[in-house]
Amino acid sequence: MALDKNGIAKRIAQELENNTYVNLGIGIPTLVANHIPKNINVEFQSENGVLGMGPFPLEGEEDPDMINAGKQTITTMPGAVLFDSATSFSMIRGNHIQLSVLGAMEVAENGDIANWKIPGKMVKGMGGAMDLVASSENIIVAMNHTNRKGESKLLKKCTLPITGVNCVKKIVTDLAVIDITLEGFKLIERAPGVSIEEIISATQANLIVDGNIPEMIL
Amino acid sequence: MINKEIKTIEEAIAGVKSGMTFMFGGFGLSGIPENAIKAISNSGIKNLTCISNNAGIDGFGLGLLLEKKQIKKMISSYVGENAEFERQMLSNEIEVELIPQGSLAERCRAGGAGIPAFFTPAGYGTEVQMNKEVRVFNGKKHILEHALISDFSFVKAWKGDTAGNLIFKGTARNFNPLMAMAGKITVAEVEELVPVGALNPNEIHTAGIFVQRIIKGDVFEKRIENRTTRKKN
Repeated sequence: MALDKNGIAKRIAQELENNTYVNLGIGIPTLVANHIPKNINVEFQSENGVLGMGPFPLEGEEDPDMINAGKQTITTMPGAVLFDSATSFSMIRGNHIQLSVLGAMEVAENGDIANWKIPGKMVKGMGGAMDLVASSENIIVAMNHTNRKGESKLLKKCTLPITGVNCVKKIVTDLAVIDITLEGFKLIERAPGVSIEEIISATQANLIVDGNIPEMIL
Repeated sequence: MINKEIKTIEEAIAGVKSGMTFMFGGFGLSGIPENAIKAISNSGIKNLTCISNNAGIDGFGLGLLLEKKQIKKMISSYVGENAEFERQMLSNEIEVELIPQGSLAERCRAGGAGIPAFFTPAGYGTEVQMNKEVRVFNGKKHILEHALISDFSFVKAWKGDTAGNLIFKGTARNFNPLMAMAGKITVAEVEELVPVGALNPNEIHTAGIFVQRIIKGDVFEKRIENRTTRKKN
């Protein structure tokens, strides 16, 4: 069965490495923070100016001066630090963040990503996404395999204006875990109960299927 | 110490004119100069170029200037959450330049720091790169971005002294220190204005040299855009 948002987030959480700094984008990526494996210590950065982001505040304890990049009220962990936007993007551009998790509207088999604009329809802006994808050494995309119309979001080439080139390393969708290799998309794992054929048919680009493809363990 | 204290918001924004370029600190609604925005809205000046990470929401923040069609051009990184803005943008009533958030921050910082331009990898290969010089450094492609300066920068801090030294709170710091540096005239509004000597020099975030006028804000509504909480246990 296809995963829900939390399933995708849970699978991505397995990619977290101990003692690293991580930036989570808006949407499904934010949910990754709810599924950190027990033995793993990570610090979350939010590009509006906080490192060491904690959970949402208790009801009644919201502070308008303490928000994340999604403008949600947050708290900070012990040892957290606050800074201005230029310092924040020095951390990002300067490659001090080890992992960036983003949502996407399209990903191409060469690692191009589109997630900021639908010409004539949705023009909200790129926020920090272009800086993140241009500099992070490891970028994982969290998204559904197909869009609301049922069209594949894993393409030979992006049709929407792109956010960055050759940057995505891994995609976790509701159906599969896919690595982006020099040869293109490579199927790594299937969502529980989802067949290879279903994944291939939901993928517009070529999908490399090599040997037995295990189910995700969630 | 130079005394920069201003008593009324009208005096604080004195000299603003139609056609000028303004910077507004803040991220979302956090750390926005609410009092200056209201005063500019009341002044009725038009054809403004506004540099701000976001464009406020309907009826609050820069949404107030949008409603009265005071903004000719907006330079931002993210302008969602504002229906009136989206309407003006899609019907070409307002000119919009969207730039990556880190480039926006650095362009303001550079403007204040006397760096005319810099290379960044952000936006290479995208629409943002259009008509910009590309150069390869350490095997990676970068695009040339130019510094930004403003006629007026409007910033908001938590505490300030009459010399213009500022301390910010939480994530309300964001673009404020950078835009303070990049203003020909920087107007800071603070929740608490203290005499010179009352702030610990070790704890000042923005040096008063970057601030020309400082005022204790009348009202800070400090709206929350996206209230998220958890239950006990």
